[in-house]
Amino acid sequence: MKGYLLRRFIGMVSVLLALSLVVYAIFYIAPSNPAQLACGLKCSPAQVAQVRQRLGLDAPVYLQYARFLEGIFVGRDFSTGTGVMHCNAPCLGISYRTGEQVTSMLATRLPVTASLALGAMVAWLLLGVGTGLVSALRRGRFTERALTTLTLAGNSLPVFIIGLLLLIVFCSVLQWLPFPTYVGLSQDPQQWFWGLLLPWTTLALYESAKYARLTRASMLETLAEDHIRTFRAYGVGERHLITRHALRGALTSVIALSAIDLGTMFGGAVLTESLFGLPGIGRLLVYSVQIVDLPVVVGVTLVTGVFVVFANAVADVLYAVADRRVVLT
Amino acid sequence: MSTQDLLTGGTPAIAGASPAAGPRQVWRRLRSQRAALAGAIVIALLVVVAVAAPLLTALEGQDPNTYHDSLVNSATGGVPIGSFGGVSAQHWLGVEPGTGRDLFARLVYGAQISLLVAVGATLVEVAVGVGVGLAAGLGNRLLDQLLSRTTDVMLALPWLLFAIALIAIVPPGFPRPLLLMLAIGLLGWGGISRIVRAQTLTLKELDYVAAARLGGSGPWRIARRELLPTLTAPVVTYAALLLPANVVGEASMSFLGVGVQPPTSSWGQMLSSATTWFREDPTYVLLPSGLIFVTVLAFTVLGDGIRTALDPRAASRLRVGTGRKREAQS
Repeated sequence: MKGYLLRRFIGMVSVLLALSLVVYAIFYIAPSNPAQLACGLKCSPAQVAQVRQRLGLDAPVYLQYARFLEGIFVGRDFSTGTGVMHCNAPCLGISYRTGEQVTSMLATRLPVTASLALGAMVAWLLLGVGTGLVSALRRGRFTERALTTLTLAGNSLPVFIIGLLLLIVFCSVLQWLPFPTYVGLSQDPQQWFWGLLLPWTTLALYESAKYARLTRASMLETLAEDHIRTFRAYGVGERHLITRHALRGALTSVIALSAIDLGTMFGGAVLTESLFGLPGIGRLLVYSVQIVDLPVVVGVTLVTGVFVVFANAVADVLYAVADRRVVLT
Repeated sequence: MSTQDLLTGGTPAIAGASPAAGPRQVWRRLRSQRAALAGAIVIALLVVVAVAAPLLTALEGQDPNTYHDSLVNSATGGVPIGSFGGVSAQHWLGVEPGTGRDLFARLVYGAQISLLVAVGATLVEVAVGVGVGLAAGLGNRLLDQLLSRTTDVMLALPWLLFAIALIAIVPPGFPRPLLLMLAIGLLGWGGISRIVRAQTLTLKELDYVAAARLGGSGPWRIARRELLPTLTAPVVTYAALLLPANVVGEASMSFLGVGVQPPTSSWGQMLSSATTWFREDPTYVLLPSGLIFVTVLAFTVLGDGIRTALDPRAASRLRVGTGRKREAQS
C-alpha cells in the first residue's frame, strides 16, 4: 500500500510536470506574442520590448519555463517598472489586465465553485443512488419509471438547456424561486442555499443517470451472488441484505466515480456557472479568454489539471479502501 | 507462384476476425431499424435545411441579420410584439427579442454552423485518434507507453475547459468555425485512439498480418493495407457516437461566448442571450433548445443503429445517452 501510494504520487507529479510543460509551451511560446498582449494593442514596439524585458520574456525559452516552475514552488519577483512585486509561493503569474496575482484570483473564486460542486454532489448522490435503489428493487413500478425517465432525460440534454428549462418552470411559470443570485455561505447561509438550489438541481439532473445505472447494476450483481443466497436461506432479513450487502457493494464504485466528477467540477462547471451567473473558476476562465489574459488562462488550466489528476488518484485509493478485493499494485 | 506471392497475396478474408459485412448488407440492416431510419431522416432534413438556408430564408422573404425595431416593444426593453415571440406570416417563428431579427432565418443558418462544426470536429478526432492508436499499437514499447499515457490524460481532462483556453491564443482573424472544429477535435480523440490501439494489438497477432510482415511489408503498409479495412467498423461506430457530443460541444462553446462570433448565428449563442429573456419570451429559449435536442437525439439513435448494423452480435436495445460516448461537460 505504501509503495503504491509512493509510486502513484510520483506518477501524479510527472503527469502534472508534463502538463505544465505542454500548457506553458502552447500558451507562452507557440503562436502569440505575450508581451504585446500584456502591453495592449496601442503599444509602440519600444514599449512592447520594455514589457518583454520586464516580464522576462526575452530570456531563452527553457529559462522562462524554469522561472515559471520556480514561481510555483518558491515564488518569484516581477519588476513593475518602478519597483518589484513579489508573487507568493504557488505563483502562477500576474494578470496582464488587473496586475493581481493569479493565485489569489483563483482563491477568491474557489469557494463559489466549491459550494456549487459539493452541493451538487450531495444532490446527484441523493437522486442518482435513490433512483438506482428504486429501480433495482421496484422494477416496473410507477416510481421506478418516473425516476428513470427523469434522470435519462436529464442526461440526454446539455446542461444549459436543463438549467434554462428549470428557470422557465420555477422562476417564470410557477414563480416559486427568484432568479438565483450568489451570496457567500459566511454572509447568509439561507440566501446561499436558495441561490444555489437551481444550479445544484441542474447538475444533479444532469449527472444522476450515471449514478443510477451504476447503483442498480452493482446492487443486482451483489444480490445475485452465492453468499447472498446462502444468507437468504439462513433467514437473514431482506432489509439487512439490501442495506448491509447490496448497497455497500454499490457504494464503492459510486464513491470512486463521485471523487472523479467532483475533481472535474472543481476546475469549474463552466456552463452552469455561466448560466446562473455564479462567479466561480469557470466564469473566470471564460472571461479571461475573452480579454486574452494569458496568465489567468494558464493558471486555471493548470489548477484544473491538478484537481483532475488528484481526484483520479483519490478515486483509486478509495476503491481499494472500500473493497478489500481490490489490490493496489 | 513464388512464396512471396503466397504471403502477400492473401486477402483479409482469411482473417480470424469476424467476417466483415459488405456495405450493402450493412445498409440493409440499418434500414431495417425503425428508430435509426427516423434518425437518419431527421439528419437528412437538417442537412437539407442547412444547405438550402439561403433559399429557405428567401422563400420566407427575410434574412438573418436585418433588425426590425418596429416588431419589438421598446417600452419593455424589446419584447417581441405578438404572441409566441411575434409569430406572423412574415416571420414564421417570430423575431429575436431586443433586435427583432427574424428567428426562422437565424435558426436555419444556425443549423449550418452546428452541423459543420460537429462533422468537422468528428473528422479531426477520427484522423488524430486513428493515427495515434495505430502508432501506439504498432510502435515499440516506449512509443506505446508514451502515447497511451497521453491518451489517458486526454480522456481525464475536462475538454471543454481546455477548448475554451485554446481560443485565447488564436489570433482574432482566424475563421471561428474552423477554430471550433480544431479545438473540439484536437481534445476529443482519446476514445478513438484507445479503441484503435486495442484492436491493433489484437489484429497484429493474427496470421494474415504476420504473413504480410514476413512478406516484407513495413508498418505503414501493414496499417494501410491490412489493418485499416478491419478497423473501419469500430471507428465508424465510435465516430457516430461522437457526432451528437460534438453538436453539444459547439452549442456549449457558443453559449459561453467563445464560439462563433456575431452576427453569425448559432443555436448555442441564441440560448446564451435567451438567459435574459426566458421570462418574457420563453419561445426564444424553447426553439433552439428543441432543435439541439432533436439533433442530438437523431444522431444518437442513428449512431446506435449503425452500431447494430455493423456488429449485430454486440447490438443491444436502444440506449440513449448511456455515457458510452465521450464524457459530456457540466
